[in-house]
Order: sequence, then structure tokens, then C-alpha cells
Amino acid sequence: MFETLTEKLNKVFTDIGRRGKLSEADVDAAMREVRLALLEADVNYGVVKDFVSRVRERSVGHEVSRALNPAQQVIKIVNEELIQTLGEPAPLNLSGPKPRLIMLVGLQGSGKTTAAGKIGRLLRSKGERVMLVAADPYRPAAITQLQTLGNRLDIPVHTEAGVLPPKLAEDAMAKAEKGGFTVVILDTAGRSQLDEALMNELGAITTRVKPAEILLVVDAMIGQEAVNIARGFRDAVEITGLVLTKMDGDSRGGAAISIRSVTGVPIKLLGTGEGLDALETYDPGRLASRILGMGDMIGLIERAEAQFDQATAQKQAERLMKGEFTLEDFATQLKQLRKMGPLSQILEMLPGGMGQMARTVNPRDAEKQLKKTEAIINSMTLLERRNPKVLNASRKRRVALGSGTDVQDVNRLLKQYRDAQRMFKQLKKSGPRGLPKLFG
Amino acid sequence: MAENLLARWKTGLEKTRKSTFGRISQIFGVTQITDGTWEELEALLIQSDIGIDTTEKIMEELWEIESSAGLTRTSELREALKNTLRARLDTPPPLDLSAKPTVILIVGVNGSGKTTTIAKLGQYFRNQGKTVLLGAADTFRAAAVDQLQIWADRLNLPIISGQPNGDPGAVSYDTIQSAISRGIEIVIIDTAGRLHTRYNLMEELRKVYRVAGKALDGAPHMVWLVMDATTGQNALQQARAFKEAVRVTGVILAKLDSSARGGMAFAIQRELNLPIYFAGLGEKLDDLTPFDPEAFVESILEDFGV
Ligand SMILES: Nc1nc2c(ncn2[C@@H]2O[C@H](COP(=O)(O)OP(=O)(O)OP(=O)(O)O)[C@@H](O)[C@H]2O)c(=O)[nH]1
Ligand SMILES: Nc1nc2c(ncn2[C@@H]2O[C@H](COP(=O)(O)OP(=O)(O)OP(=O)(O)O)[C@@H](O)[C@H]2O)c(=O)[nH]1
Ligand SMILES: [Mg+2]
Ligand SMILES: [Mg+2]
Repeated sequence: MFETLTEKLNKVFTDIGRRGKLSEADVDAAMREVRLALLEADVNYGVVKDFVSRVRERSVGHEVSRALNPAQQVIKIVNEELIQTLGEPAPLNLSGPKPRLIMLVGLQGSGKTTAAGKIGRLLRSKGERVMLVAADPYRPAAITQLQTLGNRLDIPVHTEAGVLPPKLAEDAMAKAEKGGFTVVILDTAGRSQLDEALMNELGAITTRVKPAEILLVVDAMIGQEAVNIARGFRDAVEITGLVLTKMDGDSRGGAAISIRSVTGVPIKLLGTGEGLDALETYDPGRLASRILGMGDMIGLIERAEAQFDQATAQKQAERLMKGEFTLEDFATQLKQLRKMGPLSQILEMLPGGMGQMARTVNPRDAEKQLKKTEAIINSMTLLERRNPKVLNASRKRRVALGSGTDVQDVNRLLKQYRDAQRMFKQLKKSGPRGLPKLFG
Repeated sequence: MAENLLARWKTGLEKTRKSTFGRISQIFGVTQITDGTWEELEALLIQSDIGIDTTEKIMEELWEIESSAGLTRTSELREALKNTLRARLDTPPPLDLSAKPTVILIVGVNGSGKTTTIAKLGQYFRNQGKTVLLGAADTFRAAAVDQLQIWADRLNLPIISGQPNGDPGAVSYDTIQSAISRGIEIVIIDTAGRLHTRYNLMEELRKVYRVAGKALDGAPHMVWLVMDATTGQNALQQARAFKEAVRVTGVILAKLDSSARGGMAFAIQRELNLPIYFAGLGEKLDDLTPFDPEAFVESILEDFGV
């Protein structure tokens, strides 16, 4: 999708060449594409309108730079505006007298109870003494759900049968203060902003207790209504931050832009899975690329970097350019790839189109194939790895036996290796220009 | 009873009208079609989560009609819009409950409303004089089994439950077996919420599907995808992935009582050809009604061109 936005913009700009400034007509055409991209990402209609007019203003008359083509320039401006709208990440506010109260609110099923567990776990690991409070007396087994999470984490959960949330919150704070707890996390029932009685209940809670944080928990898959929902909650209580959940899916998450525009409060945390450790800090650049459909390339690159042994890589690259890339190097690379995490997760982080394609690959098969390759190389002697040409029929049989594969598998690997080597040699001939453009 | 539910749908959606689209009715106090009318129309469609592609197609269709039929008034345009939207939705076919037992597998992403919808369906079928058995095969999420158990107790319906972290396939097998031996007519199986991008979890769901077929030939007879009406463009990806994985046969649109309009239903119906059987209109047992395309379309138009 990012590719297509780039491509679309390139098309829009084909005939402007380098004639100095972006004209109004050029920009109009480009803005149509930007607008569509944002709407496809679930950014609210009205919010898109304002956003596009800001980008337009900045784009018209913009000097055409030498370094960037017009499409790239527009994308740069869009990206900057997006990042600015998304705002800086902010930590949880734990100022004020102890115990500090963190209250979670949001629509039904958005992920509040799970987030309560996740945030409890996070803060406990930072040395806080945490108490969870089950203030959803309505949904069946909502209390048991929080208790189960509390048990799993070994964090106490305050419950009171038959007591309504405002009083329950007050009781919990008193108990926490006596018990020397430093953080109290209040899980409330899911509610619609249209439900007056339940929205008033939120107000009633905050007249009895003073939360340090009131976090609006929002499902990243939410559509156009994000704006009105955020408004409704903002009008009922003083929201201080956002938690975006279910970010592990393939939704673009444009609602983040909508909600930020309405509430202006910072995005504090992202939920990236059902597990209690699946909570991440938020990075505006990364979310902006996701909204533009660029995939989580930064995450992918970070992961690779974290696992990457710089010195080895350097050596490999040098040998590669000399055409000396051996099967041993190949094995090292495989190991590095595997260290990045399960293949399925890596595939999911690829940008739009590629990620989609990757999903049709059965990662278990790919994983199996990788293991096989590793086993084969591991069964070779050092000589064989460095100089695969010595692998005659009897050596191949030995390798196959040792790796639990058959000679066909060994042959297949050798062919792949030879193909790769040929490709590298060709690359060398054509110079760096011959390198395939990976991210354009 | 259907009457009553429909009325409920409409009152439920009246709230939406008040909060969201009050502005539009003012603009459409003017009765002549102008450029502004078209812009508002586009805003209306997109803000209903209908999606750009479908919105563009609808707008083109309406332009056609406007020029060929010579429409000049917003009220005429409203009528044309209504027909266009309505034509894009099928009336759901009658449910085939002839298999004994008829096994219904409920699937969907996290928190979409599956468990609650199952409770509502349990009541719905029981009120039709059917015997119902529930299967709690979400052994993964904290207290998911307890949640369905509480509903079963309230409804006084039998239920087969899995152990925490037990094999969901085994639960669905046991549930179907139990239904056969007790001569029960309808089996509804709850599954854990899962994002369609999680390969392993989708594989697990496929296994539940296959195991159901081993317990009873032809089972599951129906696979219903419960979708959250507040979902945006991702809904189509969800529906596509679940359909591919477990041959979804229909959709239930939950949380239509929210301020969202559930416009993704159009693309899902068109592109995936999946009927929409029910609408969820609240958190209580009665808050389920057979999907009514007229009421649905009406709730999207609401203030347009009146
Ligand atoms: N994949 C994924 N699932 C999540 C995430 N956060 C929560 N969930 C799941 O979403 C579903 C709903 O989560 P809950 O925590 O129960 O949501 P809630 O807001 O407390 O729901 P109600 O109390 O019913 O309004 C559960 O299946 C959770 O496991 C996330 O970040 N990723
Ligand atoms: N307003 C409204 N809320 C609903 C509706 N259906 C379900 N809910 C609420 O949405 C939340 C999630 O519902 P569940 O039935 O637990 O959803 P689920 O799909 O089983 O969730 P997981 O099993 O965690 O994936 C609960 O708070 C329900 O009460 C509906 O039609 N309208
Ligand atoms: Mg909850
Ligand atoms: Mg459930």
C-alpha cells in the first residue's frame, strides 16, 4: 500500500519533472491519493479533510528538492504531519500521592481487562506494589476473568459482591492505602458512549476517587466511529491517555489519528497479543508507516539489528563480494534469521502486499525447510562447507544420513547454493546498481 | 416477537441518529440536489464504514440515476440511495436446521461478541421450541468457560465445558457426541477469539472444524462469523481469512446498537457472498434479531434528504 501510494503519487507527478515548484493542480491530484490512502486506513472522514488541507498548505509552492522527487516530497510531508498528529509517546503518569489510581475505560470487548493485567505486570516489574480492582459487576464472569489474570501474575485482585463501581473504587483505594500498595488498577465494564447511565457511572467514580490516569482502551480495528466514541468518553471523564489494542493484527490503525485529533491525549501503550507480556511502548514513526500501509519495517529492522553480529556481517559481505561466499556463511545467516523470532511473526511484519503474500506461505513448512537446510550443513565437514565441490556421491550419502534427509535434499541445497553464488557474481559485475531495490 | 425486536432495533438506532448525524439533517433541510448534497452523501457513506470502493460504486450508480431519471430533489435521491443500498444486501435465506443435531460453530476475532451471541442464540432457538446444547471450547481466554457457563445457568441450558488450556477440538467432539446421545437438536460451539493473522491459531480452528466432522458427518453444518459492527476496513480481511480457514457460512453483526453503522457488511456480502443472519443490539439475551436489510439500510440513511 505504501508502495502503491508512492506509485500513485509518482504517476500523478510524471509530467511535472523538475520544473521548480509544486503547482496547485499537482498538489490537488496528489492530495486525492493521500486522502484515499488515509480513508482506507480508517482515519475518520472529517479528520482526513483537516489533515489533507494541512498537508496541501505545506505542499503548494514547496520547492522541489534535488534529493527527492515530488512524490517522495509529498510523502515526506504526509509522514511528518502524521507523526506530528500522532504525537510523542508518553509514559504512565505515576506522580501524586500513593496509591496512584489507573482507571481503564472503553467500549465492550476493546481489551480493558487484559490491559489491566498487562499494565499490572509491567508496573510490578518496575518495583510497584500493584492491586487490581474488578469494577465490572455486569458482564458475566468479568470478575473471574480479572481474578484469573491476578492469580496468574500473583497480583491481588479486589472484589466486592453487590457493590457498585463508585463505592467499590473508593473501598479499594482505602484498602490499598492501608496495605501499602503503590498502584491500583481499576478495570471497568465495557460501555457505549451512547449509554447515558453507564457514562454517568464513570463520572460518579471520578468524584469519589482521583485517578492519576484514565486510559481509553481502543481496539485498533475500529472504524470511522472512533471519533464520536472518543468524544463521548472525553466528555464523561478526563481521559489522560490511550491504549491501542490488538495491534498484532493487520488493521492499519488509522483510528489512532482520529482519536488523537479529538482528545489530544498521548498514546501511551500498545497491546500486541493476548499474552500478559504483549504490551509495547508506542513509536510515532512506526505507527505512521503502518497507517500508510508500509508495514512495520522499522520493527523488522530493529529486530534484525538486535540479533545481528556486526563483525560477522562485515566479513560475510566482503567475502560475498569476492565470490567467496561459502555454505558456512549460509549456515550463519540462517542462524541469524532464526534468532529474529518465529518465521511466522517475521513474515507478518512485512509491508502490506508482501505480508499478505507471506501469510499464504505455511510458516511451519518454511520452518521445517529451514531446519532441514541447517541439519544438512551441520552434517558436513569443514572442508565440505568451504568447498562444496568435493561432495561426491558417497559424501552426499553420508551427509544425508547424518542429517536425516535424503540425497535429493542435499542436491537441492547445493543447487540453491550454486544459483545464489551465480547471482552474487553477476551482482558484482554490474556493481551496486545491480542490487535489487528492496525498499523504494 | 419479531415485531417487537424490530422496534427495539429502531429505538436502539435512534440514539445513533441523535448523536452522530444531527448535523446532516440541517444541511438537508434544503431540498434541491447540489454539489454539497453529493459531498454529504459521500461523507455519510464513508462514515458508515462502507469503504471507498463500495462508496465510489454507489455514487456512480446514483449519478447515473440522477441524470437518466432527472432527479432534482434530495428526497428523490434519498429514495434512489435506499434502493441502491438495499439491492446490495440479500435477505438471508431461511436456516436449514434439518440435521439432527445441527451443529453451529461460532468463530471470530477477539472480543467481537461470540460468547454473548451464543447465549442469545441459545435463547432464540429454545424459544422456537428446539433443544439446545452449548459447547464451551474457548479453553484459552481467562474465564471464557465461566462466562458461557453463567449464561447457560441463566438460560437453564445444558453445556459441555473444556478444562482450562484443554484441547478445543476435544470439547467440540464431546459436545457433539453428547448431543447425539441425548437427542438434542441444536449444538452451538463457542471458540476462542483469534486474530485472522495468527497462523497457528487459525490452524487450531481448522482442527476444531475437522474434529467436529469426525464426531458427526456433515458437522459443523454452519459456521458463523461474529463481527463487531464498530470494525472498519479490516472487517473484510477478517471475513476473507475466516472463510478460507473454516468455510464460514454466515455472518452475525454484533454491537449494532453502538453508534457505528456496520457498513462493512456491504463489501462482505458482495465480495464474499456471505449472508448476514443476525444483528446483535445489546448485551442482554433479548438483544438479537434476525438481520433485516430494510431496517439496516434505514439506519444508515436516517437523516439523509428528509
Ligand atoms: N490479539 C490480541 N487480543 C487481545 C489484545 N488485548 C485483548 N485481547 C483479547 O480481546 C478479547 C477481549 O479482551 P478483554 O480484556 O476481555 O476486553 P474488555 O475490554 O475487558 O471486554 P469487556 O469487559 O467485555 O468490555 C480477549 O479475547 C482478549 O484476549 C491484544 O492486544 N491482541
Ligand atoms: N453493546 C453490545 N455489546 C455487546 C454485544 N455483543 C456482545 N457485547 C459485549 O461485548 C463484549 C465482548 O463480548 P463477548 O461475547 O465476550 O465476546 P467474544 O467474542 O466471546 O470475546 P473473546 O472470547 O474474548 O474473543 C462483552 O462486554 C459483551 O457484553 C452487542 O450486540 N451489543
Ligand atoms: Mg473486561
Ligand atoms: Mg468468548
